[in-house]
Amino acid sequence: MTITLEQHIDPQLIPILEKVHDPEIPVLSIMDMGVVRSAKMLESIAQVKITPTYSGCPAMDVMGEDIIRAFKEANIKAEVSLVLTPAWTTDWITPRGRKALEEYGIAAPLEENADKEALLGNKKVVKCTNCGSHNTTLVSQFGSTACKALFQCEDCLEPFDYFKCLK
Amino acid sequence: MKNENLIQYIYGIADNALILGQRLSELCGHGPSLETDIAMTNIALDLLGQTRSYFQYVAQLSGDNKTEDDIAFLRTERQYKNVLLVEQPNTHFGYVITRQFLFDVFHFLLLQELQNSKDEMLAAIAKKAIKEVSYHQRFSSDWIKRLGDGTEESHQKVQEAVNDLWKYTDELFHMTGDDVKTEELGIGINVALLKERYYQKVSEVLEEASLTIPEMKWFQKGGKQGIHSEHMGYILSDLQYMQRTYPNMKW
Repeated sequence: MTITLEQHIDPQLIPILEKVHDPEIPVLSIMDMGVVRSAKMLESIAQVKITPTYSGCPAMDVMGEDIIRAFKEANIKAEVSLVLTPAWTTDWITPRGRKALEEYGIAAPLEENADKEALLGNKKVVKCTNCGSHNTTLVSQFGSTACKALFQCEDCLEPFDYFKCLK
Repeated sequence: MKNENLIQYIYGIADNALILGQRLSELCGHGPSLETDIAMTNIALDLLGQTRSYFQYVAQLSGDNKTEDDIAFLRTERQYKNVLLVEQPNTHFGYVITRQFLFDVFHFLLLQELQNSKDEMLAAIAKKAIKEVSYHQRFSSDWIKRLGDGTEESHQKVQEAVNDLWKYTDELFHMTGDDVKTEELGIGINVALLKERYYQKVSEVLEEASLTIPEMKWFQKGGKQGIHSEHMGYILSDLQYMQRTYPNMKW
């Protein structure tokens, strides 16, 4: 476990990293998720540093193993380690990642203030991923994984996950 | 300051997260509703994740091939430095929420300060953890208001929980010897200075929930010195069972 790191990813490693997906949100690659902080070759070993989304996220261990496997398939040995700061924020999810989330049925994170209003149930601002209506209600601040909250659409009655804003 | 002071200081923070995380994990599958069950176990997951970060750091500081698991599972009761509040049992949902709320408000204030610690690793863990804890605080405050302002029965139950757990709040602000030694170096936090802000915040929420703030002159203490309540042994026997029965076992 190390501390601070600027993001630095060797462009030639990106295609391999893009093959690795979040095990709990399979439509999202770890690159779109923004958890890869550094990836470079050092004496023919790929050194990959990732940052946890949530401290206790069990997906991190799986992602580490999946990264090693993806590199192995490309005949490259890889080592994965965790970095803690800068702490991950939902701002690092790429536009492509946000789109993939929405299509998968998970509402993408709103801006911090709107997120607060939504999670306190003050304002109807989260858009239903099924019918697009904003007439949605918070069911629970915690959803199927640490990063999500549970909502329900009042128009089409579909329950759906909302990816909480983390800043 | 010796490394041992820093390690003990970290136990004082991490054991709170570990024991409360363990308590909340007991609720897995037993929450009063699916949503609250998921919420409590999500909070448990955050707390246990934070514990892992702290214990990995302690393992690094201790050297001698110690692992995070040794620290979590192989200490004796008196070596755990969590406050008495977090080891109190899950009697009913209102009680669980009250315990959570009284801890969350403190936890948030502590992490806010710890972000500026001169120890870079502690500051990094705090920066990560505070984002999670702000959600915990929002969740428990929300429920305190809902229960306090709810039915006659929910009001009465949560008021009794507040009255009962209040005696454990003062301990949060006691400075241990390790607190003092680490604080002198800008690493540890002077928790005594958080007291006023804590009771102010707690009172605001309780008042909004139409609950009465207890007037208490006598407070219970001991957890920070490793002198725990009768509940602690049961928690540890559950927590340590696998490692004690099958030493060095791995998943």
